[in-house]
Amino acid sequence: MRIPLAAALGLFFTALYFGAAIFAAWIAPYGAAEIIGDSWESWSWAHPLGTDSIGRDLLSRMIWGGQTTILIATLGTLISFSLGSTLGFLAAVKGGWVDQLLSRMVDLMMSIPSLISALVVLSVMPVTLPVLILVMGILDATRVFRLSRAVAVDITVMDYVEAARLRGEKQLWIIFREILPNALSPLIAEMGLRFIFMVLFISTLSFLGLGVQPPMADWGGIVKENKEAIVYGVPAALVPAFAIATLAISVNLVADWVLNRTSSLKGGRG
Amino acid sequence: MTALLEVKDLKIEATAYPPGESPRNITIVQGISFAVEKGKVLGLIGESGAGKSTIGLSSMAYGRGGVRITGGSVLVNGVDVLQAGSAGLRSLRGREVTYVAQSAAAAFNPAKKLMEQVIEATLHHKLMSREEAEARAITLFARLGLPKPETIGNRYPHQVSGGQLQRVMTAMALCPKPDLVVFDEPTTALDVTTQIEVLAAIKEAIAETGVAALYITHDLAVVAQVADHIMVLQSGEMVEYGTTDHIINRPTMDYTKALVSVRSIEHVEKSGGDPVLSIKGITARYRGTNFDVLKDITLDLPAAQTLAIVGESGSGKSTLARVITGLLPPSAGSITFNGRTLAPDFEKRPRDDLREVQMIYQMADVAMNPRQTVGTIIGRPLEFYFGLRGDEKKQRIQELLDEIEMGEGFLDRYPAELSGGQKQRVCIARALAAKPKLIICDEVTSALDPLVADGILKLLLNLQKTENVAYLFITHDLATVRAIADSIAVMYQGRVVRYGPKTDVLSPPFDDYTDLLLSSVPEMKLGWLERTIANRKMEAAGN
Repeated sequence: MRIPLAAALGLFFTALYFGAAIFAAWIAPYGAAEIIGDSWESWSWAHPLGTDSIGRDLLSRMIWGGQTTILIATLGTLISFSLGSTLGFLAAVKGGWVDQLLSRMVDLMMSIPSLISALVVLSVMPVTLPVLILVMGILDATRVFRLSRAVAVDITVMDYVEAARLRGEKQLWIIFREILPNALSPLIAEMGLRFIFMVLFISTLSFLGLGVQPPMADWGGIVKENKEAIVYGVPAALVPAFAIATLAISVNLVADWVLNRTSSLKGGRG
Repeated sequence: MTALLEVKDLKIEATAYPPGESPRNITIVQGISFAVEKGKVLGLIGESGAGKSTIGLSSMAYGRGGVRITGGSVLVNGVDVLQAGSAGLRSLRGREVTYVAQSAAAAFNPAKKLMEQVIEATLHHKLMSREEAEARAITLFARLGLPKPETIGNRYPHQVSGGQLQRVMTAMALCPKPDLVVFDEPTTALDVTTQIEVLAAIKEAIAETGVAALYITHDLAVVAQVADHIMVLQSGEMVEYGTTDHIINRPTMDYTKALVSVRSIEHVEKSGGDPVLSIKGITARYRGTNFDVLKDITLDLPAAQTLAIVGESGSGKSTLARVITGLLPPSAGSITFNGRTLAPDFEKRPRDDLREVQMIYQMADVAMNPRQTVGTIIGRPLEFYFGLRGDEKKQRIQELLDEIEMGEGFLDRYPAELSGGQKQRVCIARALAAKPKLIICDEVTSALDPLVADGILKLLLNLQKTENVAYLFITHDLATVRAIADSIAVMYQGRVVRYGPKTDVLSPPFDDYTDLLLSSVPEMKLGWLERTIANRKMEAAGN
């Protein structure tokens, strides 16, 4: 199996970030909240990325922060996809009032900008990790619902779905065995994109102070803590920004490649 | 007399991109040579993939989608168009050589009026002034038998019927007074009753304007009516070339003989027997409309026999299938199957009712899930209805594959890896897997090449004997009906206009519509078109 260069690059960086997140406890030189020096020390062998606003090791915070950010984004994406695509397929297959009810509810939710609804919900709920993940997952599921419904509506009118219905198949078989395999390509492409929107979303919330709460680290929070440093020419705030950008690009390179592998109809999946 | 179009040793290649492998060159057309003289028509005939359209387009030095002309020469009026360069080609296309595409509906720009599009090439090449071009277009409209030739040009493409649109496209091709017209399956998408009119119009226009033409089709009976010479193609190579008389009456090659004798299956009709399916007084309409698509349909289908439903598009044949399967509950009437009354809505039918009525679709491509292997497609009904698993299921799938004459090695293939005929066979196997008493065949052969379709029909006839299954056979093709039916119902505008045993329905006296339908089916005889048109004119004068 040959992996194209772009995909290899994407795989490398994605693996790097996810690996660092999973093995944070072994890799990170210091604890996330350990104060080990002066504020905003410059880059050195002891502290490759320097220190942050209150003298914590920035590399360690980046690794711990990556763990939080990637965990929230991954779980949020999983929730939004399982919820959004199942309901989207159901709406397409059932049609009629089920479709109307689900679609109009989603319209209603989408009519309020998701950042504002998130801010409102999070200001009245306790901001814990499960709540954050759930809120983000549900808000994002509306977008996935739209896409999967649109894709599935085109598939449900195909003769093979009609044949399955006439055979007497249950809705679950039709959704997961007839429609899902044929809707996979656009959904995978969307998944790469949605994951990145999740990373941006949680970073935005943390930057605004309603996301991950200190002393826990996450990339958005690190930007917020170090934003004043830019005035003094210290690049501490740019490090997490760079991490977010490279993660975004590499995840999408991988998604593109997976898409190419799965869109062949001649059994070319692997 | 020198030839207008002279093709010598033509070779055409394309690049294939098999997934996971490096791209490779494939030869589409090889060693083709022919010549067309002024005022003559050459018919190119062959199955899909034989390279007939590719050869036709090469006369304009055009290769569709990555297709390259890599060898030989194409001389139009003595000039090699393959060496012409882009400026030379621009003055050739739409002036010396024009093209009539298969699907007129897809070839017209829906946002522009017909007249604009008909005279566009003529104006572009500055061959006439706008007034002259419009006058010529109107003359051509009249010559092609279009209604209201003076004003039809002011309509948009969606405002005329498919057959009329095809004639407008012919007018478009003839407007710049070309030397050569390439007709690419101009009547294939039309109903037989429309086809005969378009065919007659095209033939007359060719004769009056004196252009030369390439006529591409897969239907030998059609090309026999218009062509002077016929070239039979198979897999990009020439099989036989000769005058129309020679090809139709004295073919020498086996492949040509097979093409000529296609649709000659002899089927002796069965009669009597208790009906497995009785339809009584069915009236149906689609939701949200106030128009009955089916009006008071009453039919009986005896067990292990075939009832053919014949009619042109829009006559309600497919809707009848939807009513029987329960996809469209009727607004009146009842369906009795095997002595039981079927629930109008398929969701309320017990599993055995669903199992015993199976369906085979026109487009095998979309009737099979592209993400399932042949094993899954055929295996699912076995698992679903009979609870077969593991080796038992595998064995039964193989039995079914043997029954449809496909043999081993197909279990793990995806539909995209099958040919058109194989796909339709797998669909038949899927229907058989349920051990049905009735199979509804909705135009199952109309998307297939004649020889492949013949194979499918023979298979269906054999299966009827071994499996004792009844067919409700929906088709617009009367030759197919002759080959397979025991009884026939002719449908027109949602009504059954004629119904009975095959020989009765197909023998006179006819009602007007059945007469029109029957006499419109092209016969593989020289001069059939003229005789039929002449007969109709005489009858019209007599009335």
